[in-house]
Amino acid sequence: MNDNANGREGVLVDPIGRLGESQLELIHETSLKILERVGIICYSDEASSLLKDAGCEVVERDDDASVVRFPRGLIERCIELAPSTVLLGARDPENSLVLRAEEPRVRFGSGSEANVYLEMEPSKFKQEDGEASIEYPVYRRLRGNVELLCEAAHLCQQLENLDFFIRTVNIQDSDIDEMDKDANKFFASLNNTSKHVMAGLTCLESLDKVIRIGEIIAGGEKELRENPVLSFITCIAKSPLQFVEDTTGKMMEIVRRGMPVVISSSPQGGSTAPIQETGMVSQINAEIIAGITLSQVVKPGAPVLYGSVPVRARMDDLNDLYGAPEFCWYNIDCIQMARRYGIPCYSTAGVGDAKVPGVQATVEKLISHAVIPMAGAQYVHYAFGLLEKTNVFSPDQAVLDDAQIGIVKHMLKAPDVNGEAAEATLSMIEEVMGTSHKLYARYTRKSMRNGTVFPPYQFETKESEDRSVLEAHRRRLELMEVPPRYLSRPVVERIYKEIAGLVDRINPYS
Amino acid sequence: MKGDELLQEIELNVVQGRRNSSDEGLDEDLSGTPGVTELVEDALNRGIGAKGILVDAISSGMTEVGERYEKGMYFLPDMLAAAETVEAAMEILEPYLLKAGIESRGKIVLATVKGDLHDIGKNIVGLMLKGTGYSVIDLGNNVDPDDIVSAVVENEANMLGLSALLTTTMHQMSETIEAFSGVGFRDKVKVMVGGAPISSEFAEEIGADGYGKDAFEALKLADDFTDI
Ligand code: B1M
Repeated sequence: MNDNANGREGVLVDPIGRLGESQLELIHETSLKILERVGIICYSDEASSLLKDAGCEVVERDDDASVVRFPRGLIERCIELAPSTVLLGARDPENSLVLRAEEPRVRFGSGSEANVYLEMEPSKFKQEDGEASIEYPVYRRLRGNVELLCEAAHLCQQLENLDFFIRTVNIQDSDIDEMDKDANKFFASLNNTSKHVMAGLTCLESLDKVIRIGEIIAGGEKELRENPVLSFITCIAKSPLQFVEDTTGKMMEIVRRGMPVVISSSPQGGSTAPIQETGMVSQINAEIIAGITLSQVVKPGAPVLYGSVPVRARMDDLNDLYGAPEFCWYNIDCIQMARRYGIPCYSTAGVGDAKVPGVQATVEKLISHAVIPMAGAQYVHYAFGLLEKTNVFSPDQAVLDDAQIGIVKHMLKAPDVNGEAAEATLSMIEEVMGTSHKLYARYTRKSMRNGTVFPPYQFETKESEDRSVLEAHRRRLELMEVPPRYLSRPVVERIYKEIAGLVDRINPYS
Repeated sequence: MKGDELLQEIELNVVQGRRNSSDEGLDEDLSGTPGVTELVEDALNRGIGAKGILVDAISSGMTEVGERYEKGMYFLPDMLAAAETVEAAMEILEPYLLKAGIESRGKIVLATVKGDLHDIGKNIVGLMLKGTGYSVIDLGNNVDPDDIVSAVVENEANMLGLSALLTTTMHQMSETIEAFSGVGFRDKVKVMVGGAPISSEFAEEIGADGYGKDAFEALKLADDFTDI
């Protein structure tokens, strides 16, 4: 049976790996030793007590935390319990995703909670002592708000290569208080895209409101579990090796409600984790499998993703550095570990350290966009529009990234080398050798049209000037002209009736 | 080893970022040789004054580290490793300095504000301040405004440093400053704020005395606040 028949298929790759079998085993062993010997400093009493009952050694500390040491048997049992297939649903069934750990089928999506939305205006500049003029992008940094989030979701709906939507900007509207942020961000996203919607939760208190929005959209409680149109990210680990109270609490509640959740960790190699590959991967892996163990203790069989966001620190100020080769190493290793455990992998690629679109951003993004998915992660986030080490979302960059990911997806396609192709080759060669011009051009025509041959770069310019950023902006404006596919009026009315705190300005029917 | 050779050795080990004999340092052949703490103990045992050790070995070592950083020969982790040696040395020297009536450069209470768990930046700021001889009382992260104010008052700190990384917790900085109104210590303490979403405008708006864009600016502010 092909469960993907009606969902987004992504691209199935023949995965590459950096680590051999014995190296994967060594990382696994080292992670187990870390959890057995050093353990996790856990700031959630509830989690510590559940883990104690499950067989962990728990030692109280004098700062409201305890050290939890995990027996390897428990971890291995819990990894077995975590499902190898996780369904992420969507308003539109064609956009649902079936993530299977054993199937290296890659999907790309947006991510993060950038504070800045980078608006761009093409402006004309004249040569100081001459006649020549040039059009150049001029940027304005806007504070993220709920309307910009709606715009971003609408744009992402139109981006062909974007398979799922993680809220791109942090909503900082002064009239939306902390407790209402989650309902507004999930509604804004779900109303403007029919792709899968995932986000972190600002307040545990709003979890049930958010789930209720999902139930109204999916058509009921059971229907939401069968078609989870939304899901959650919980970065429960504060590296090194600590479980924070707030996010750990959120993870446990989400799991209890039967919703899919990413269990993630994001250490910085060089500050909160070793910079060396073995150290980084052993530590992040320990943090993630400890989190997965907790999820399965709370609810055996809970649908979780192995969330790896290993970053490298830069050496001048210890801030994050994404455009580094080590970032690719760490991520590829984690994808291999997730596959070893049989749990679908939420991975990371495509963040620029650059502050604006341009050559630097392209170089930084391209290495991870191209290389990390080759390892076969099922779910690659952060891939669209992120700049300035995740602090900025640029919609124009998202359009550029869509074009880039299109190339990457094509590059990752399985080789089409088989007996039939070999037969066709022989007859093609015989025919061409019989012509006077000896050109193969006519045999490209079908391939051009059925998508087996990729067109030139979408934003190439014929003149000797690079206008790709400006062309991407133009394309973005075109895409924004497509009318949004909002939820139906009765659904929106019901949501507004049941869910308090939603602002009126994002209601298309008000 | 003569007294001045010993001081030179301490200085070299500050530059190498070696707290003790098990630290590697940057040069390969140093493992196993005494590091800053062992050398400082040795110097004190030989009757070298704590002030001399501080000025002629530790501070001069940190100055060298600073120069190497300026020239691009050293990176931030090198600075932090050197700062750790100063922290370790100060723990040994402090009682001697107190006895000699030599006070620390200044006392700062540091905290990441309530609701915020981000502490990498604050920890870097703390280490750098310690590395330049400030006495640092680090309250950790997710700290309640009232606890911060109490710590400032109890420790009679002349500076308070607040860090926030979330737009949703920035406002806790102003609540912390306001929490001083009940205890009336605000005029005795200079408040510096920092963290990625903070700006000098925001600092001004909430009535802080300064904004540090990074750890180096934080150091400069501390020096300004203590008239160094
Ligand atoms: C006293 O005077 C001074 C003076 C100068 C001072 C100063 C004080 N404090 C700092 N400075 C200055 O000097 C320092 C050294 O030069 C500098 O410090 P910085 O702290 O700026 O710089 C550090 C050296 C390096 N930078 C950092 O350490 C921050 C890096 C990023 C990636 C980051 C990290 C690492 C983490 N995070 Co968080 N995190 C992000 C960050 C995104 C990014 N790329 O910046 C940000 C800040 N996080 C964010 C989010 C959303 C979250 N995080 C969360 C959790 C975490 C981790 C625990 C996983 C981890 C923290 C680990 C730790 N020990 O601190 C959650 C919140 C938890 C909480 N309640 O605090 C969570 C809510 C995620 C979730 N859904 O669970 C975003 C904030 C959005 C917003 N609302 O503002 C975010 C921008 C990432 C993003 N784009 O989504 C200067 O600012």
